[in-house]
Amino acid sequence: MPKDLVGIKELSKRDIGQVLDTASSFKDVLRRDIKKVPALRGKTVVNLFFEPSTRTKTSFELAEKRLSTDVLNFSVPTSSVVKGESLFDTIKTIEAYGVDFIVIRHASSGVPHFIAENVNASVINAGDGTNEHPTQALLDAFSIIEKKGTLEGLNVAIVGDIAHSRVAKSNIYLLSKFNARIRLIGPPTLIPCMEDYGVEVFYDMDEGLRGADIVMMLRIQMERQGRSFFPSTQEYFKYWGLDMKRLGLARKDALVMHPGPMNRGIEISSQAADSPQSVILDQVTNGIAVRMAVMYLLTGGEKQ
Amino acid sequence: MSKDILIKDGHIVDPSQDIDYVGDILIADGKIKETRTQNSKPRAQNSGLETIDAGGMFVFPGLVDMHTHLREPGFEHKETIRTGTLAAVHGGFTSVCPMPNTSPVNDNPTVTAFIIKKSLDEGFCHVYPIGAITKGQRGEEIAEMGLMYEAGCVAFSDDGRPVMSSIIMRRALEYSKRFNVPVISHCEDLPLADGGVMNEGGLSAMLGLKGIPSAAEEVMVARDILLAELTGGRLHIAHVSTQGSVRLIRQAKERGIPVTAETCPHYFSITEDAVKGYNTNAKVNPPLRTQRDVEAVREGLKDGTIDVIATDHAPHHLDEKLLEFDKAPSGISGLETALGLSLNLVGSGTLSLKQLIGKMTIVPARILNVDRGTLKPGSDADLVIVDMGKEFRVDAKRFVSLGRNTPFEGMSLKGMPVVTIVKGKIHR
Repeated sequence: MPKDLVGIKELSKRDIGQVLDTASSFKDVLRRDIKKVPALRGKTVVNLFFEPSTRTKTSFELAEKRLSTDVLNFSVPTSSVVKGESLFDTIKTIEAYGVDFIVIRHASSGVPHFIAENVNASVINAGDGTNEHPTQALLDAFSIIEKKGTLEGLNVAIVGDIAHSRVAKSNIYLLSKFNARIRLIGPPTLIPCMEDYGVEVFYDMDEGLRGADIVMMLRIQMERQGRSFFPSTQEYFKYWGLDMKRLGLARKDALVMHPGPMNRGIEISSQAADSPQSVILDQVTNGIAVRMAVMYLLTGGEKQ
Repeated sequence: MSKDILIKDGHIVDPSQDIDYVGDILIADGKIKETRTQNSKPRAQNSGLETIDAGGMFVFPGLVDMHTHLREPGFEHKETIRTGTLAAVHGGFTSVCPMPNTSPVNDNPTVTAFIIKKSLDEGFCHVYPIGAITKGQRGEEIAEMGLMYEAGCVAFSDDGRPVMSSIIMRRALEYSKRFNVPVISHCEDLPLADGGVMNEGGLSAMLGLKGIPSAAEEVMVARDILLAELTGGRLHIAHVSTQGSVRLIRQAKERGIPVTAETCPHYFSITEDAVKGYNTNAKVNPPLRTQRDVEAVREGLKDGTIDVIATDHAPHHLDEKLLEFDKAPSGISGLETALGLSLNLVGSGTLSLKQLIGKMTIVPARILNVDRGTLKPGSDADLVIVDMGKEFRVDAKRFVSLGRNTPFEGMSLKGMPVVTIVKGKIHR
């Protein structure tokens, strides 16, 4: 593994395989009565969140605590960033505290790279702008393999605001490394130029869902409204929302995934979200194991 | 009173007089007295003559940069008139034209007069300010073009911002005809650029950076060409960066519309790939484009569609570039690399040396109607002696500009200005 996890783009297939294998061992730990291991005792991690986040931050924090690290939380409203300190000074200050890991979420793409270049600590990207959210893609892969046994050759439909979704981007990079067949579905205004990754693009969701093994839904961010990416949430749901009828076009054993938080009735109906095919809550559980694995491997540790 | 100077045995290239031979230049009283071939008989020379041996080197008229940011007044931490003109002289330029996006904006004759006075007091080369098209560069009402023209402005531009309103651009092109000055357009449709930070395409998607489509430049190039046709005003398109813009300007020229255009070394030297790794020194507006655009810009230079090579020297402080890519300001510190990068066009066979030097001397001087860019007897002795064989590595730490923001760090270039002479004053 490299020093940092800045993105899936920067990982090899072997690195990814190693994370997924290690995550499986940690998932066993999480099933035990005592869910804590001393793997990273004495190490310090700072969770540096420049964007509001509840789920990802909680998941990281739980993973860190399960590994027995000392955890510092640093979030924008209480920090010196509001006093006008530059990002560079903030991270140099944090480094001077002597931390071993920096978990970073930031609204600007490339910030984890910028930090990784400037500190010795291991940097873990918890979401940067519209670039990547690598731990989400790793936990999605883990969740798929758990049910399907493999990623190779699966038909994966990713539906929604692909252009602004770091989750979609990281998934595309990961799935393409494992030769999955990726279909991007959404309004033309929200599909980025990703031809280099061999994706297929569908503006018609019914067409795109046919025969899919995985249906990965994305959250529609409310700030996209009123900017003419689509005219209304009602119209959006009509053409790109997942309901049971549409889900019926995918394979019978297709999995429904969503990184959360969901907008029920906007991109996904409650019936689809809560159907037996849904693995949305498994994704949440697996997130902890995968994040434990990432931190564990970035210390250069061997599999226990 | 400057000393008389004899520059001996240099290869003189002066497109304004169609000179391309090895010979001598005699400078007296800060003016060019004579240019002669090596074989012609030397005249009697006075004893106080300083001789510069230019054997094996090239001598060009001092370069004219029609697109510079000197940042003073208001942003002296980025650059000053003193440091910017010193950087110019280091790069072989003897005339620069500072854009009006200072603080306060150069939108009135008082600011123009300040820049000119400061340049005369502290500057190292000639400075011809460019005034704002609109008050405060807000694009709402035209500025006092006439008064600024009288104070010394040679052109008008809202550079850094487009004039989004078509009616205001129309009025500016019409009104400028009274003074026969060009209106320089920064072509960017702001709503279409939509806050983008790099070229739009596969790479912007991959880096998760918001893209600016080529069309954001091209729709404004097209609009301004139509307005130039409507008004007969002299339109000059700044920093052409796309294939589509080159095509539009080529068609406009074929139809006889009064339009000229410039590009900058970074648009014919490197592509958007320089942004990889979130390199804020490669963030510039318009953004670096694709190989296809680079080739189109070179083709435009070759066939004369693009008249001028300008630097768009846009120095920024180190701390301002050491930021999130989204937040870092756009711009490249270009005065000290422009000549070396441009000479690559000669090496690659895109331009002859004479064509290249024309685009950096007499052509911009004529567009701006200033008496520069020539070695004609009687003109001010502005020239540069260049060692074309000498290779140098771009090292921003050694820039004399306060702006160290270059995407060319570490690149090997040929064509080092060895001596620059401004009005008979020697800078080595």
